[in-house]
Amino acid sequence: MLIEYIAIAVLLVLSTAVALIAVGLGTIFGPQKKSEAKSMPYESGMSPYGEGTRRMPVRFYLIAVLFILFDIEVVFFLPWAVVFRQLTWFGLAEMVIFITILLVGYFYAWKKGALEWE
Amino acid sequence: MSQYINPSDLTTILPAIVLTVWACALLVADLFIPHERKGWTAVLAALGLVVSLDITLIQAGGTSTGFKGMVTLDGFSTFLNALLLVSGLFGVALAYGYVRRMGLERGEYYTLLLFSVVGMMLMVQASDLIVVFIALELLSIPLYVLAALNVRQIESEEAGLKYFLLGSFSTGFLVYGIALIFGATGSTSYSGIVTAASAGTSSLLLTIGAALLLVGFGFKVAAVPFHMWTPDVYQGAPTSVTAFMSSGAKIAGFAALLRVFALAFPTLTADLTPILAALAALTMIGGNLIAVSQTNIKRLLAYSSIAHAGYILMAFVPYGNPQVMPVSVAAGLFYLVAYAVTNFGAWGVVIALEKQGGKGLEISDYAGLFWKNRPLALAMTVFMLSLIGFPPTIGMVGKFYLFRAVIDGGFVWLAIVGVVTSLISAYYYLRVVVNMFMQEGEPQTGSEFWVNFTWGLTALMTIIISFVPQPLFAWASSAVLRLF
Repeated sequence: MLIEYIAIAVLLVLSTAVALIAVGLGTIFGPQKKSEAKSMPYESGMSPYGEGTRRMPVRFYLIAVLFILFDIEVVFFLPWAVVFRQLTWFGLAEMVIFITILLVGYFYAWKKGALEWE
Repeated sequence: MSQYINPSDLTTILPAIVLTVWACALLVADLFIPHERKGWTAVLAALGLVVSLDITLIQAGGTSTGFKGMVTLDGFSTFLNALLLVSGLFGVALAYGYVRRMGLERGEYYTLLLFSVVGMMLMVQASDLIVVFIALELLSIPLYVLAALNVRQIESEEAGLKYFLLGSFSTGFLVYGIALIFGATGSTSYSGIVTAASAGTSSLLLTIGAALLLVGFGFKVAAVPFHMWTPDVYQGAPTSVTAFMSSGAKIAGFAALLRVFALAFPTLTADLTPILAALAALTMIGGNLIAVSQTNIKRLLAYSSIAHAGYILMAFVPYGNPQVMPVSVAAGLFYLVAYAVTNFGAWGVVIALEKQGGKGLEISDYAGLFWKNRPLALAMTVFMLSLIGFPPTIGMVGKFYLFRAVIDGGFVWLAIVGVVTSLISAYYYLRVVVNMFMQEGEPQTGSEFWVNFTWGLTALMTIIISFVPQPLFAWASSAVLRLF
């Protein structure tokens, strides 16, 4: 049983080895001249400014939460639609209940003003 | 009807369904209740709990399983669901005036509380690990939000975040355990696990899975060494929330723990019994010893809550011994009731003395309470005596049943640990009493009807049940008998 997993183990070992060799050879044989420009976060020539952790309006957070909520709804729709024919009326009833619960939350968020930017 | 669902599926979890629909309706209804009248939301929430309690009691005596064996309705679930719903009612009663006084009045409080109760009830009824997981999330997530309800106070925010992070962490353990158990047995239902385990498939994986489950539940019921979050969360959360979660989450956690271990892991007795015994002993010792040095009443009660988790855990230690098991678990259930009643009373007194901005929570603030407000001080004395296990209180009867069951199970050393730690606990509980009677002070007490009602009623129950414990113990015993 476990022997079936040998291919995955081989893949793991090989990929780790290749990565180590590629990085290792470069570090051992490559020339290393440190300069200020090289140690910058972006080597593309863009000079960074400001702090790394900037403040974001907390509203984005709310939008993200609501987005995830409806995103999951859509994800849930997909497998449901695939087996809808087998589930018949039961599937429909389940989905109606699911949507109703979601609508309660949606109505709550709407009424509380979570969907307004200002 | 259909191959997917039967009417009996729905009646099996009818109280939980009714409460869910009620909570959803309450969420919408609350939007139209003006801010000055948020008390209505509390009344409506209490009404929902009463309706659900009615259905639970009407269903008493019936047994059924639903959703292809994923949920069970039996005497055990009826007993604990009734206890949970009553806890919810106490939770609403304590919150009613408290949240207004503290400026936390929001309708969502009661909606979240109802959803949490639904999660607890499903956890009691679950007979499949997936349902346990979902129920645990449903009970925990509202509690995370409730703990952080007082956002203007940094301690409350800390409590919410800490509870959320550590709770999610512990849920991770639980899910990992479920995954390993599924890997070992190919099933998540308790009956499927037993069937596979008796057939003798890779039992090491199963043992590790069971141990991880124990860690997950250990976090929820605050057993040492998984108790680190408890004092900070109990202290930071609004007191009415603490009162509810210290009882409710414990009841649900122990219920699920018992069902899982008794029904799914009877084959692992040899491995798990020593672990449970050690956990119980550690929890009793740790909780009681650290409580000795507390000066804040909320932290004191938090450590007391940890210590009591240890006492209740004792009831589960002889779970593999069929002769002792029913009596021992009945003792555990009785103690859960005793703890819930006493605990709500004690927190009610704390709420009566608490003032804006976290004032009035030191034990020294209780100085001279007896000379200022005699009924309140006497009630607090009753609760402290009950937590020690001193007659004539329900706590003493509960401890008597527990120690007897543990000795019958052959764990005399555990009973000795229990008795010695109870003696240690007398020191810090009695310090509160000494403060109330023998120190000079000017404590100020609030007088909200429902808070007074809660501590008054629970004080009476604490004393009366100690004189006639037999009906309650008989109910607990019959609840356990139907379990097996």
